[in-house]
Amino acid sequence: MPVLPQTGTGQQMTDSTPQSTGPMLAADGTTLKSSLNRALRRQKIRALMLIAPLLLFILLTFIMPIGEMLFRSVENDIVPNTLPRTVVALQDYDPDSNEAPSEDVFAAFYVDLFIAEDFKNHTRLGSRLNYESSGISSLFRSTGRAIGKFDTDVYTKQFGAADADLSDPAKWVDWMADPAIRAALPETASAYAGWADMVVNSQGKDPAARKLDDFVYTALYRDLAAGRSAPGFPAVDVSGFETVSIRDQFADAEGKWLDPEVWRTVKAYSGAYTNGYFLNSIDMMKSSDGPVARPDNERIYIKLFLRTIWMSLVITGSCILLGYPVAWLLANLPLRSANVLMILVLLPFWTSLLVRTSAWKILLQQQGVINDVLVWLGVVGDDSRLALINNMTGTIIAMTHILLPFMILPLYSVMKTIPPSYLRAAKSLGATNWTAFWRVYFPQSVPGIGAGSILVFILAIGYYITPELVGGTKGVFISNRIAFHISSSLNWGLAAALGAILLVLVLGLYWLYDKIVGIDNVKLGG
Amino acid sequence: MKVTKILLATSALTALAGAVSAEGHMANDMTVVSWGGAYQASQTNAYTEPYKAMHEGLNVIWDESSAEAVAKLRAMNEAGNITWDLVDVEAADAIRLCDEGLAMEIDPDTMLAPGADGSTASEDFGDSLISDCFIPQIVFSTTVGYRTDMVGATPPTDICALFDTATYPGKRSLNKRPLANMEWALLCDGVAKDDIYDVLATDEGQARAFAKLDTIKADVVWWTAGAETPQLLADGEVVMGSTYNGRLFAAIAEQGQPIGMLWDAQMLDFDGWIVPAGLSEERLARVMDFLYFGTDTQRLADQAAYISYGPARASSAPLVGNHATLGIPMGPHMPTDPANATNVFVTQYAFWSDYRDDIDAKFQAWLAQ
Repeated sequence: MPVLPQTGTGQQMTDSTPQSTGPMLAADGTTLKSSLNRALRRQKIRALMLIAPLLLFILLTFIMPIGEMLFRSVENDIVPNTLPRTVVALQDYDPDSNEAPSEDVFAAFYVDLFIAEDFKNHTRLGSRLNYESSGISSLFRSTGRAIGKFDTDVYTKQFGAADADLSDPAKWVDWMADPAIRAALPETASAYAGWADMVVNSQGKDPAARKLDDFVYTALYRDLAAGRSAPGFPAVDVSGFETVSIRDQFADAEGKWLDPEVWRTVKAYSGAYTNGYFLNSIDMMKSSDGPVARPDNERIYIKLFLRTIWMSLVITGSCILLGYPVAWLLANLPLRSANVLMILVLLPFWTSLLVRTSAWKILLQQQGVINDVLVWLGVVGDDSRLALINNMTGTIIAMTHILLPFMILPLYSVMKTIPPSYLRAAKSLGATNWTAFWRVYFPQSVPGIGAGSILVFILAIGYYITPELVGGTKGVFISNRIAFHISSSLNWGLAAALGAILLVLVLGLYWLYDKIVGIDNVKLGG
Repeated sequence: MKVTKILLATSALTALAGAVSAEGHMANDMTVVSWGGAYQASQTNAYTEPYKAMHEGLNVIWDESSAEAVAKLRAMNEAGNITWDLVDVEAADAIRLCDEGLAMEIDPDTMLAPGADGSTASEDFGDSLISDCFIPQIVFSTTVGYRTDMVGATPPTDICALFDTATYPGKRSLNKRPLANMEWALLCDGVAKDDIYDVLATDEGQARAFAKLDTIKADVVWWTAGAETPQLLADGEVVMGSTYNGRLFAAIAEQGQPIGMLWDAQMLDFDGWIVPAGLSEERLARVMDFLYFGTDTQRLADQAAYISYGPARASSAPLVGNHATLGIPMGPHMPTDPANATNVFVTQYAFWSDYRDDIDAKFQAWLAQ
């Protein structure tokens, strides 16, 4: 802490002065330090209040939606939410056993699927699991249609015949309100709770006045057959009951339910969170012995990520090469001609992106303007016209043109501040034109190159519409796949995972840039 | 605890249901989502203008968002604010929306008009009712057009001309998705038409289709929008290419381009309406009233006067007349016309909804190689 000079005003800002014997006190008796802190705090709060509207706005409309979207890359609660009982029952299932699970799992699955079908959630779950193993979607859909017609109505009839009270929904309400009965008949209680929730929330009916569905009686049979009983609940002897195997019912509906592959998938994705989407984004997949690489003919994302970075770098490089001389001209021409040139630079800004991209299509295609001119000049033969579009070349050309202003403008505003006298001074001291440029002018324009490069690179890496239109198959970016998964395949989890990786990549490259060039070395002007 | 809570909630719910059931009138605004362009114009002319003439004060708002309808509806549903009343989507998207619970289930026999020939609505629509939520409007097909001046003396007559680069050298444009391309590849590789989907369900079958496509991979320009192929044909960029039959009709009959078309192995597909789930009672009443009118036999037949897509109702076919401005009979330009429908694929939605993700991943990887 610097010691302030003694100016004789008495109260000093510091308590390190020799004559102070205790903490300095402010006029109101508190210590000077805390009074100062309070004043500073008030100032900070005021500043915070001033930026609060903007901060809130950004938080609500930018950070939160992005966060929510990125969260989808690990979210998987659709499986445990739709199949809560099955997920628990599957815990003991060994996916490597090469056998379908036991009757217990199928019984739990019967309850879950029946309820999910009523809520129309089973198709959604089917398409979620279909991302991981094809065929599951139609399996869920067709079984959903069959599940109401299972032969489990034999239990309903037999219980009704054994004790008429068991057919009375109002009695059930009383029984199931009793914690002792619920604890004694766990499967029945769980099935009834699901049934009551379904009747109220899906059908909008009163459970006390609605016939119970077969699956509740099936659960009751399983409880009683396992030897459980509850005081206050009708004691029915089920030993003579006609029985049905739930497992067989599912197998009759769709033989595929006995395929262990289906259950392996359900078990692998039964957690509320999953790394499956991220594994998929790096061309891997889950298996029973940890993540493994996908087969060769399905690997695509790493290639696309690398291509996206590589092409963005090339585009940034060509923007520097083309933009630098233009920016120099802009900064050094007389005002009148510089203004005209500036309008030419800005003109593309005022033209629709789609129009500019379509214009490139007309220029670059094989029967297009550029090829026609080259053929007319005799540079290329009519039968060997250049392929300038629907490949990487097309994307690089069109995107360089579209992003060029983002390079020229920061360069221009930095070059404008470099006094021309420096170059003259260098030359008068004997430098050649090149030395004067390279040793004196260029280093001063580097902050402009830095700013322009960051702008162009970050815009390029997330570009979507131009590569889609002129990129063909070899010139598309990862963003095109993200768009596909958002709008066509509806695999938002995978889109979110790809987006998260892209975001981390950009941040990583930004950090690298900071290490190599230094972020202080970036200027957008003056 | 949970159960008792639910039971308590029930009584409140029954009370609420009584209050809502009072007769609501129909909303005066209706937001309809479609594809824009000539197709949307045909819907305006055939469906909404006559309906508006009958209902004073109705305001129809068009939104050209059908291409992103699935993603947008899902976002609206999550935000709890459905702003669309009626959405025009392809059959495959209708299945997805229905599976996701984003579209309302429709009972054609109680909600839609019976056929003019006395059939019930479900008989009249027949096979085009591919999903519980889907109200079909048109039958369209993905088929192949070619430059008449670039194919020499023998214009192609069958689909395998796509793969015959010796007879028809030059570039071809194909849709940048597996649908149709995989089927055509297998068909031209010698797989019997009835076996194609069984073969395509296997890894070997998929590899076989890719191997066939490999033979023309270097000659293919991939398109994503239906307008691209007619443009590429008009520019002479490609010698032949796949697109929707209505686009080819427009290029040939309306613009007089030197283009011919194949009907061989055309992929029939449906386009129609879905009603988003969760509309308010007033809005739903308006939409259902409009749908009853807008999907009846005469309206579907009227649409064919503006665009060469076949009406989805069997009873509309005899009523199809002449083109509204060109005056030529539209019947022979319909994909369902008997002369055109000698060799037809009907898109297998059940197959594609199961295998789409899988085959698409392979298709994209194959494209990127």
